[in-house]
Amino acid sequence: MVEALLFFAPASLIIIGALIVIFARNPVHNAMGLVMTLVSLAIIYITLNATFVAMVQMLVYAGAVMTLFLFVIMMIGVDKKEQSTDSIKGQTYLVSGVFLILISLLAYVAVSSDFKWDLWFAPTENNIEGTPQLIAGFLFTEWIFPFEIISILLIVATAAAIALAYDIKKRNSNA
Amino acid sequence: MSTELIIALVKASLILGVLLTNTILLIWLERKLVAGMQSRVGPDRAGPFGILQTVADAIKLLLKEQIMPLKADRAMYLLAPILALVPSFLIFMIIPLGPDLNIEVSGKDYIVDFVGADLNVGVLYFLALSSIAVYSVVLAGWSSGSKYPLLGGVRASAQMISYEAAMGLSLVPVILYSGSLSLVDIVSSQSGNLSTSIPILSSIVSFIPKWNIFPQFIAFGIFFIAAVAEVNRAPFDLVEAEQELVGGFHTEYSGFRFAMFFLAEYINMFNMCAITATFFLGGWLGPTFENFLPPVLSAIMPIIWLGVKTFSLLFIFVWIRATLPRLRYDQLMELGWKRLIPASLVWLILSAIVLGFREFGLPWS
Repeated sequence: MVEALLFFAPASLIIIGALIVIFARNPVHNAMGLVMTLVSLAIIYITLNATFVAMVQMLVYAGAVMTLFLFVIMMIGVDKKEQSTDSIKGQTYLVSGVFLILISLLAYVAVSSDFKWDLWFAPTENNIEGTPQLIAGFLFTEWIFPFEIISILLIVATAAAIALAYDIKKRNSNA
Repeated sequence: MSTELIIALVKASLILGVLLTNTILLIWLERKLVAGMQSRVGPDRAGPFGILQTVADAIKLLLKEQIMPLKADRAMYLLAPILALVPSFLIFMIIPLGPDLNIEVSGKDYIVDFVGADLNVGVLYFLALSSIAVYSVVLAGWSSGSKYPLLGGVRASAQMISYEAAMGLSLVPVILYSGSLSLVDIVSSQSGNLSTSIPILSSIVSFIPKWNIFPQFIAFGIFFIAAVAEVNRAPFDLVEAEQELVGGFHTEYSGFRFAMFFLAEYINMFNMCAITATFFLGGWLGPTFENFLPPVLSAIMPIIWLGVKTFSLLFIFVWIRATLPRLRYDQLMELGWKRLIPASLVWLILSAIVLGFREFGLPWS
């Protein structure tokens, strides 16, 4: 009972949030819809015993990334009217065509495979708690190579961001 | 209803009550202290020593008319005060208030831990919720449809993101030192006294409690400065700088919604001090005087110790407010990005090296 409530309440909030992201006219409302989706997703992670992933989700996506989104939206101003004309000619038709193809592909796969709409599968005995220790154990042994590669990628991105923002000419003229 | 659920409900409502009463006390205390430091009298009319002044103010705010600007964005304008209040209540849930307690309910023994929820990722929970609190300020500033709140909101988002980074980084050495992300474990890792291998110092050092503030004093300094900035208190109160921005992000709020922002600010201040006490000053640890005091009194001694530590830190908060002038905006950003973050990174690497030596010895031996 409690488990069902803890699933369906955040799950419906995720869907509502996602719909707000797509349909709301105001960019700030879009951003807040995304925040709602991300936070509800974190609640689902908690019910799945993945507390560490849930907290990182809150901290990184809901906390840092979306605050920066909101900051940028506020800085560039949201008073401008939404563009009603297509910037690319025939964009609407192209997008709807691709969307229809994707949907029919998905429907074909769902029908042709023996996929069952039985969402009430039995609870498993295998209860793993996603503690930081467990995740660190995997991350620093089995997955150390991808982990290090990602760290190099992030350092390159940080260095590039600083290089872009740092105005060498201005610095030289000041000195 | 199961007994566990009842215990959880009792704990939640107790925490709610404690936080609300504390805020009343805290606002009165701050006004009295600042008045004393500025050679004024402060509130002294309502109740003994004016202690009921905050209650009177709260009733006044509840009865006031609530005005919403015409150009306000309705949904976000109403959401912002709620987003301010909810994280501030939730953060207090993870602060351990005392050791485990055994109680007997209808023949069955229950172990009640004196904490809202002992999370194994408590530190991350604290950081996540304090980053959610940024939204309330940003949204309040933007949705008011007025220029001063907008400026306050933009300032706030930049300031709080910057100092969150320094705050998180300064906590990492403490986590390394304690070996856990759970606040209950961090407190219990600070029990006992300091020990050292140097023979001359050992007799002196053995009287000092093993609090994290002694080995991690630089992390404590960085964390405390970042905490003051995170709750937007003077000298980092650029968010609501009266001389420049009227009232900052809550200029257009009145009545009960303004009271919600006010309440959230003081609860956040209280939370920050309680968290600092938990991380660096041993939390609820302290002598319980079991031999002298009756058992009921010695059982609540841990809460009193936590209160003493928290209110000492709150006194420093108020003291800073009464004495230091506000920073300029570029000075604030420089302090955050060019001083605190590099300092916390260097301190993190130094602590990691020292702990590595202790754990594994020299790399070549």
